[in-house]
Amino acid sequence: MAVRTTDDVTRKSRILTALEDQDTAVVFDDPLENDMVLNMGPQHPATHGVLRLLIRLDGETVVAAVPELGYLHRGYEKIAEASTYHEFIPHTDRLDYLSPISNNVAYVLAIEKLAGIEIPERAAYIRVLVCEMARIASHLVAVGSMAMDVGALTVLLWTFREREKILDIYDVLCGARFTTSFARIGGLQQDWTPQCTAMLRRFLEEFDGDLAEVENLLKTNRIFIDRCENVGTISRENLIGLGITGPILRASGVPRDLRRDIPYLVYDKLDFEVITLTESDSLARFYVRIGEMKQSARILRQALGMLPGGPFHADDPKHVLPRKERTYTRMEELIHDFMLINIGIDPPVGEIYSAVESSKGELGFYIVSDGTGHPWRMKIRSPSANNLSALPLLLKGAMISDIVAIIGSIDPVMGEADK
Amino acid sequence: MKDLILQKLTAFAPESVRGHEDFHGDLTVIVRKEDIARVGQFLKTDPDLTFDMVIDVLGVDMYRPDDRFEVVYILYSLRNRAYLRLKVRVDEQDLTVPSVTGVWPGANWPERETFDMFGLKFTGHPDLRRLYMPEEFEYYPLRKDFPTMGIPDSLPLPRR
Repeated sequence: MAVRTTDDVTRKSRILTALEDQDTAVVFDDPLENDMVLNMGPQHPATHGVLRLLIRLDGETVVAAVPELGYLHRGYEKIAEASTYHEFIPHTDRLDYLSPISNNVAYVLAIEKLAGIEIPERAAYIRVLVCEMARIASHLVAVGSMAMDVGALTVLLWTFREREKILDIYDVLCGARFTTSFARIGGLQQDWTPQCTAMLRRFLEEFDGDLAEVENLLKTNRIFIDRCENVGTISRENLIGLGITGPILRASGVPRDLRRDIPYLVYDKLDFEVITLTESDSLARFYVRIGEMKQSARILRQALGMLPGGPFHADDPKHVLPRKERTYTRMEELIHDFMLINIGIDPPVGEIYSAVESSKGELGFYIVSDGTGHPWRMKIRSPSANNLSALPLLLKGAMISDIVAIIGSIDPVMGEADK
Repeated sequence: MKDLILQKLTAFAPESVRGHEDFHGDLTVIVRKEDIARVGQFLKTDPDLTFDMVIDVLGVDMYRPDDRFEVVYILYSLRNRAYLRLKVRVDEQDLTVPSVTGVWPGANWPERETFDMFGLKFTGHPDLRRLYMPEEFEYYPLRKDFPTMGIPDSLPLPRR
């Protein structure tokens, strides 16, 4: 050790003594013998919103993790009890805001099951079209943001370029790109137009090539594969026990897809595969999403070819809102509009559960009706919240740098998880 | 499938099954509160039924003098591709419900949410904390006597 000169001592007295005099100074005999508690979030870019994690670390290894939800809790289930069935449709946009249009469809399907409304075939096909577009749009964000979390920013930009094309079709279809509020009880807000068909066909022509470009960025990318392979592994039994659904469950080899298992809309007439992989790690979840996007494009091509003519909403004036131009010109429609808006659709007394396969997993609505225009109780079964409940198991034993790769592979949307 | 479920359940525990409802094709079996974990274990392990996934657990405030609350369990069988709902009724005088986390670990968070929103106490739950509302919140927001507008000053906000 060098002999200290007077100069050194004076320099130390300026900077270090101020720090050492603080009574917050902590001395570790051996840093590796102590557990460290790390708070991650709620404001953290890799938590995809406002997820908060408390992590106990031993060195760089996660010993335990506790997710904390509720930072985006807006009380939608309480709001639903105070609003009519129609009024709640815009709120469903704000659940899974990456695929709002499929939430709209999931919600109105539940109401239609409750009230016993049959929708025309054209409406069912249009709903399939928009749901599959929403699935592609949501998976593009999932893939892009997961790649960004592990350090590949380009992928996010490229996937958002594709997503923009879908949002442009939404814009033409219903006048909104993001919060669509497109589905209506018994039908849809607007009809599918030839312009939408042309735009969707153009998108589908380019999509396979563009998706292959995105995939090529990652599938031979050593950093991406090293950071995702064998990271966040979990056994199939644990996933089933926890009630996990969606791509995470399918990446562990369980072929559960409600579109095929309990077909709704017209999925039983369409030909598609349920993508499953058996590795059950972050990389497998990534590849399941890539495969599902290809299947969605396949469904879109079939549904476009099979799209029948006819009305796009049911002829049921007691339940279905009349078209605006008729409301303003005809007496009967005006009365129906008034009654539906102010009093509601009055479904029978009873309770139903209706679920669809959204991009994150099983999105279900449990509705208790007391026969009035408001639901007595509405429970939203959100796939993101259930999928997040696997986090303590997924994170245990992982390295600290794997946390973002694991959260990215779960693809939580906090708007839906927190309701 | 529905007949098989009812037949098997009544054979297994005739005194536990309080009745059933069939509305729009959904079967709901009403189960005595004390037996819910036992019935759940049977439904999960029976080789013909195999309800191995719990999709959701939720509470309903029926706001009536007797049996004010209901807890609904939505189950799914991967092999049979079928849903089943179980329902227990909870009186306001005794807000405890046996937890089913021992049968399906996935009931953990939904039961926490039900506790958070209705104040139902799940006995045997490993970690019964509020899921969404802050720890110090004193009310149960989804009860019918909680106003939709909220209660002023019930949530401490930072002062300017």
